Amino acid sequence: MQIYVCVKHVPDSAANITILDKSRIDENVTFLLNPYDEHAITEAVRIRDTFQESEVIAVCIGKDDAEKTIRSALAMGADRGLLVSSNDDHDSIETARVLKAAIERTGEPALIFTGKESIDAEGMQTMFRLGALFDFPVATNVIKIDVDETRAVIDSELSGGNVNTYELSLPCVVGAGRGLNTPKYPTFPDIVKSRKKTVKKFIFADLNIEPSKASMSIVELEPLKQARSPKEITGDASIVAQKILTILKEEAKVI
Amino acid sequence: MENIGIIIETDNGKIKETNFGMITLARDNKAETETELFAFVMDADVKVLKEDLESFGITKIVDISLAKEQQNNPVVRAKALINVIKEFNINTLFGLSTAMGKDLLPRIAAMLDAPLVMDCINVDLEQNFAKTSQYSGKTIATIKLSGDVLLFGIRPNTVAPVNIQIKTQTLAEMLKFDGEEFVSSSLRVVKSGETDKNININLAEADVIIAGGRGIQNRENFVILSQCAEKLNAAVGASRVAVDSGWVPYSMQVGQTGEKVSPKVYIACGISGSIQHFAGMKTSGIVIAINIDENAAIMSNCDYYVKADALNIILELTKLFNNG
Ligand SMILES: Cc1cc2nc3c(=O)[nH]c(=O)nc-3n(C[C@H](O)[C@H](O)[C@H](O)COP(=O)(O)OP(=O)(O)OC[C@H]3O[C@@H](n4cnc5c(N)ncnc54)[C@H](O)[C@@H]3O)c2cc1C
Repeated sequence: MQIYVCVKHVPDSAANITILDKSRIDENVTFLLNPYDEHAITEAVRIRDTFQESEVIAVCIGKDDAEKTIRSALAMGADRGLLVSSNDDHDSIETARVLKAAIERTGEPALIFTGKESIDAEGMQTMFRLGALFDFPVATNVIKIDVDETRAVIDSELSGGNVNTYELSLPCVVGAGRGLNTPKYPTFPDIVKSRKKTVKKFIFADLNIEPSKASMSIVELEPLKQARSPKEITGDASIVAQKILTILKEEAKVI
Repeated sequence: MENIGIIIETDNGKIKETNFGMITLARDNKAETETELFAFVMDADVKVLKEDLESFGITKIVDISLAKEQQNNPVVRAKALINVIKEFNINTLFGLSTAMGKDLLPRIAAMLDAPLVMDCINVDLEQNFAKTSQYSGKTIATIKLSGDVLLFGIRPNTVAPVNIQIKTQTLAEMLKFDGEEFVSSSLRVVKSGETDKNININLAEADVIIAGGRGIQNRENFVILSQCAEKLNAAVGASRVAVDSGWVPYSMQVGQTGEKVSPKVYIACGISGSIQHFAGMKTSGIVIAINIDENAAIMSNCDYYVKADALNIILELTKLFNNG
């Protein structure tokens, strides 16, 4: 069975983000595999190892530099990669179409993983759009998955630690949440071995993506201003507690 | 003519408080007076909710009935809502960016091939703009949506609820939508999460959050935070270090890879204020930091700071309540 993992090349969360032309970021920072995608890869590899004749394929759309992120996925155990090379930014409506086109030209998916969100755009929707285009069932923020030949039983986490358990028929799309597993980071031999793995390149324009009437486009990007000016609360513990209570009551009016 | 639909989230038959901020945002945005504000209710007795909804300016209430065994199925809910959108010519749909919303709004958007921005902190319907955070909360993006139906997931608590004046209130029209026929064959609900009473209040929707980090040191000390939180009607959050150390479950993590929260007050106890932690709580109202190290990043990026042992302060705060 073929398991696809959609991976995204994103700026390191610790990087300082500089905004250019009020609409894009200075990309001269470290880019990495989106953290949630690490969980997706780790799980896909685990599932692959329990099925005969199965493979994990990492798919990414991005600039040529995004091959690094595919290489990270390969080092973590994916078997091969697909890179749709494009210099433009795509909203999730278009991204889902591109991912589908690349997957369809490669084979027949039984399972498609994504991360539950990417830490750059924070859109939380690509997995659903991909599912709708393929007409596959979808679950997101998945923290547990059991797969057999025809179905996947998954736990999808709600806030407050509650989970919904869904049964999805295969093929299906799964958005990996952080509770799914502990990512298995590669050893040096894994990295060496992965260098021999292949990454097939597609050119965006060759995929003949049919556009949607709908779109989302960034018109402005601005730094989140931190206008806080800290004031110290002093005194012994009981006085400080009193002062905090006053803030809660009079300033925040929450009690 | 514009019709705005708002998905109302209820809890045990009552409207969750955070809906009122979302309705206020929709109401403030309606350009023409003939714009209708629809409330879509799926899980509660609409008669009980009617007055509250009217007092925030809802003009039509749609009672959506689903077959009992399908009620928890997000695909069925999405299908029913899509039909409601069509039947009532809805051009704009609002829902909360809660756990439920994150499993529902993108399904609707995907099935309609319509644009959606989740976790909006503001919306401008004149220009069809949404504001949301990007890059781990380091930037605010203004996104333009184009399409026949526009969807907005509103971050809970980002807009203060404001009633409308009694004299301008109108009676809402009560409508019914029968969605009993909708089914889902490819996604079946095996078990639906009950609200776990131990996890107290929902993090994303709480007015006050007391969060603990490495400085809280162990599981037992987190119980002390919980006791204080209970008195304050607050939720307890945590840094990733506290979660990774096994002191509290992952569902309590605030930050870039945890919950994104905007409470009115965020009390950070023994948390240094890493970039990734800030990504989840930057948009909070008042931030109070309690830390033994005055050079910790959070101390220069908050509204109030206390240089002290966090547990001591929290214990004193609990004491104040115990003494009435
Ligand atoms: C990809 C990625 C994603 C991440 N996502 C998240 C996330 O979602 N959320 C998150 O929180 N982190 C996240 N992190 C981790 C983050 O980088 C920090 O490591 C983490 O937030 C630090 O937690 P902390 O503040 O509890 O611990 P520390 O940074 O160790 O700070 C502990 C603080 O407690 C103070 N202290 C000690 N004792 C006391 C006491 N008795 N009273 C008061 N203060 C005391 C210390 O002075 C110190 O400031 C992520 C990291 C990465 C790489």
